Amino acid sequence: MTDTTPRAEWPLYEVFVRGKRGLNHVHVGSLHAPDDEMAVLHARDVYTRRNEGVSIWVVRSDAITASSPDEKDPLFAPSGDKVYRHPTFYDIPADVPHM
Amino acid sequence: MTASEVDPALEAGFEAGFEAGFEATIARNDRIEPRDWMPEGYRRTLVRQVAQHAHSEIIGMQPEGSWIGRAPSLRRKATLLAKVQDEAGHGLYLYSSCETLGVSREQLTEMLVEGRQKYSSIFNYPTLSYADVGTIGWLVDGAAICNQVPLCRTSYGPYGRAMIRICKEESFHQRQGYELLMTMMRGTDEQRAMVQESVDRFWWPSLMMFGPPDAESPNTQQSMAWGIKRNTNDELRQRFVDMTVPQAKALGVTLPDPDLRWNEDRHAHDFGTPDWDEFMAVVKGNGPCNAQRIAHRRKAHDDGAWVREAATAFAARTTQAALEGTSR
Repeated sequence: MTDTTPRAEWPLYEVFVRGKRGLNHVHVGSLHAPDDEMAVLHARDVYTRRNEGVSIWVVRSDAITASSPDEKDPLFAPSGDKVYRHPTFYDIPADVPHM
Repeated sequence: MTASEVDPALEAGFEAGFEAGFEATIARNDRIEPRDWMPEGYRRTLVRQVAQHAHSEIIGMQPEGSWIGRAPSLRRKATLLAKVQDEAGHGLYLYSSCETLGVSREQLTEMLVEGRQKYSSIFNYPTLSYADVGTIGWLVDGAAICNQVPLCRTSYGPYGRAMIRICKEESFHQRQGYELLMTMMRGTDEQRAMVQESVDRFWWPSLMMFGPPDAESPNTQQSMAWGIKRNTNDELRQRFVDMTVPQAKALGVTLPDPDLRWNEDRHAHDFGTPDWDEFMAVVKGNGPCNAQRIAHRRKAHDDGAWVREAATAFAARTTQAALEGTSR
């Protein structure tokens, strides 16, 4: 637990930026930083040099769990045949307003 | 049979299936993403190209960086500082993309300083006068934009996304350079001569930025088939010449090529052949500044080592303190 020898490389962080109030944070890229605080500062310098954001999230890349690209079909197939989840599945006469 | 002993026939079958999936994605003009299966040649070609591109941004900070302290006004200093900072940012976007292909940042830096990976030959030419700052913005960044705009549609997702960010920022680079030259052209005869002299030096190296002629470009065909490149070197070089001629006219400078003229039949400019022997010499490491650029990069990396180590040690100590704080 007392290992303080410098790691060969700083950990990788994923960066998310909120472009303006009312929008989601969007993934913009990644960077290396020694810790969370420095990751935010680096993210500001690398990804928001021209007012691209009002808020930044950073998260260690190794903390992200992702779906596997190989499972893409079994994972997303169940929604493929559920056309009744879309508004266009339902026939409404053209002269009915505000639908 | 243990878990590690996979039937070779079965494995070959999987491989063929993956390859068909990859080819289908390319054929649909969809993007390949980091965790998708990809042929080793595709990965290797991308690592080479993206790394070379990243290194070019980082080395590209040097020729102009040397003028920050000597730019003639606070406005010009601020502009140049912002531009050089952008180049650092562009390098970082591209290194991040490259790392998604399974190489580490440390490896990439090592390959650059050891000369095992290349960067654009243009940055091995010196910046002898302040006019060069303007010429680099106009011609060098102009050529870079020509190269980079089609790369926004490259088949590898992270590379394309990095290129989109970069292209948005390059337009400032080109315009500040052109405006700088326009200002000098409105000045004294001496200033106008400085601009012309600078353009004379940078014109041919700018044309070389697009790489060797198509007939001698070994990687182009496969890169086009994989959708990594979208245009050939000669196509982009032609586009650049056609774009630049009217800009030179508006600026009032001549481009140093006696063969440069409009060809009505082709609806494009004919132009002379760059000195490809010079290009090969610079690529092989014998340009005016190759050794200086690499030495400077290596020194910056070595001089910064204590900062990286201190930040790592600080992070380790604060993590440790936080752990002890919660366990108490």
